[in-house]
Amino acid sequence: MSVLKFDEGNFEEEVLKEKGKVLVDFYADWCGPCRMMSPIIDEIAEEMGESVKVGKINVDNNQELAIKYDVMSIPTIMVFENGNPIKTFIGVTDKNEVLEVLK
Amino acid sequence: MYDVIIIGAGPAGISAGLYTIRANLKVLILYKDQSALEKTDRIENYYGFEKGISGQDLYEAGIKQAKNLGVEVKKEEVTNIQFGENNQYTVMTENQNYNTKTVIFATGNKKNIPKIKGIKEFEGKGISYCAVCDGFFYKNKDIAVLGNGRYAISETNALIHIANHITILTDGEKPPEIRAENVDIDTRKIREIKGDKKIEEIEFEDSTKMKTDGLFVALGVAGSNEFAKKLGILTQKDRIVVNENMETNIPGIYACGDCTGGLLQVSKAVYEGAKAGLQAIRYLRK
Ligand SMILES: Cc1cc2nc3c(=O)[nH]c(=O)nc-3n(C[C@H](O)[C@H](O)[C@H](O)COP(=O)(O)OP(=O)(O)OC[C@H]3O[C@@H](n4cnc5c(N)ncnc54)[C@H](O)[C@@H]3O)c2cc1C
Repeated sequence: MSVLKFDEGNFEEEVLKEKGKVLVDFYADWCGPCRMMSPIIDEIAEEMGESVKVGKINVDNNQELAIKYDVMSIPTIMVFENGNPIKTFIGVTDKNEVLEVLK
Repeated sequence: MYDVIIIGAGPAGISAGLYTIRANLKVLILYKDQSALEKTDRIENYYGFEKGISGQDLYEAGIKQAKNLGVEVKKEEVTNIQFGENNQYTVMTENQNYNTKTVIFATGNKKNIPKIKGIKEFEGKGISYCAVCDGFFYKNKDIAVLGNGRYAISETNALIHIANHITILTDGEKPPEIRAENVDIDTRKIREIKGDKKIEEIEFEDSTKMKTDGLFVALGVAGSNEFAKKLGILTQKDRIVVNENMETNIPGIYACGDCTGGLLQVSKAVYEGAKAGLQAIRYLRK
C-alpha cells in the first residue's frame, strides 16, 4: 500500500478509528535524518502490503499532534493499534525492528 | 571541494587515507587527541614490530606516513556535519567548513553518554543528542546543554535563536568561553534527571534543583554516535551499522575501525580503513 499523508484533519478517521495496526512517521522537510528514514518507511509500506496502514505526519503543519503524542525528536515512528500507540521508535530505525512490531 | 574527508587519524582513518590518496583523490583527515592508541602502553600483537611499539609512537608514525604520501592532515575537532547540495556534505570544525563528496568515519570507540541517573530513561522525552534535529520542539522554552567543550558551544549556538533561555551545565567541569544574552553557565555537579512522562527538573549533588524543558547532551568531543544522529545513520547499540564494504545506510558515508564495533584491535581497524577507502574510490568513479 502506498504511504499516506496524515494530518490534524484526517488523523481521527485514518488512525484512531482504525482497528488494525497503523504506522505513523513524524517528520519535517528540514530534518536530515528524516530523509534517511523515508525510504525505509516506503519499503515497510511495500512489504506489509494491505495488512498495515502507513502514513506520514509533517510536524511543521501539525504541531498539535506532535504535542499530543509527546513527539520531541524526529524522526519518531509510532505504531498504533485500536487507536492507541503501542510502540515508539525514536531516530532512524532498522527496518526489521519496525517490521517485527507490525507483523 | 574534497573527494574524501576522513574523521579520525587512528589506524582506521590513516589506512583509509593511504588507499584514497593512492587513487589520486583530494583527501583531508581531521583529528583531535583521544585515539585509543594514545592510551595503549605497548602494542605487541600487531604485525611487523619485533619488540612491539608504543601506542603513541604508532599513532604519530601513522599521521606522518599519511602526510608523506600527500594526505592533508589537520588537527581540528569536528563539531557538526550537514547535508549539502547534490549529495555532498559539509564538515564543520570550530573555524572552518569543508565540503566533500564522501565522508569516512574513523572516530574510534568513545562513548559520550554520561552516567547520570535518568539520562537513558528520558531520551527522546526531553533529552536530545542533536540540536539541529530537535531544536524545533523547544521554541521559546528554557533548556539546558550538558557539556563544556567546543562541541557543547556548537550545539548551544544552534539553539540560541530558538530557545528562550539556555543553561550550559558543565557537571563539575570548568566553564566554557561563551557570551550570549540568553545563555548562563552552571558548574554544579548533577545527581539526577527527574520528571514524570518527560524531563522536568535537574537535581544537583547539593540537593538544589533546576526546572528545565529539555536537555541537550553535548559532552566532550562528538563521536560517531552524535554524528550518526545528526545525519540519520543507522546504529545498533552505539555502533555504526555497516555492510561488508563499510557502507552505512547513507550513500557516500562510510565507517571503519572501533566505531563499527566487533574486534577492537589495530589489525581490524587497518583492514576496515582499507575497505572503506576502496569503496569510496569506487563510489567516486561511478
Ligand atoms: C588500553 C588499551 C590497550 C590496547 N591494546 C591493544 C593491543 O595491544 N593491540 C591492538 O591491536 N589493539 C589494542 N587496543 C585497541 C586499539 O587501540 C584500537 O582498536 C584502535 O586504536 C582503533 O583504531 P580507530 O582508528 O578505529 O580509532 P582510534 O585509534 O581511537 O582513533 C580515533 C580517531 O578519531 C579522532 N576523532 C574522534 N572524534 C573526533 C572529532 N569529533 N573530530 C576530530 N577527530 C575526532 C581522534 O582524534 C582519533 O584520531 C588497545 C586499546 C586500549 C584503550
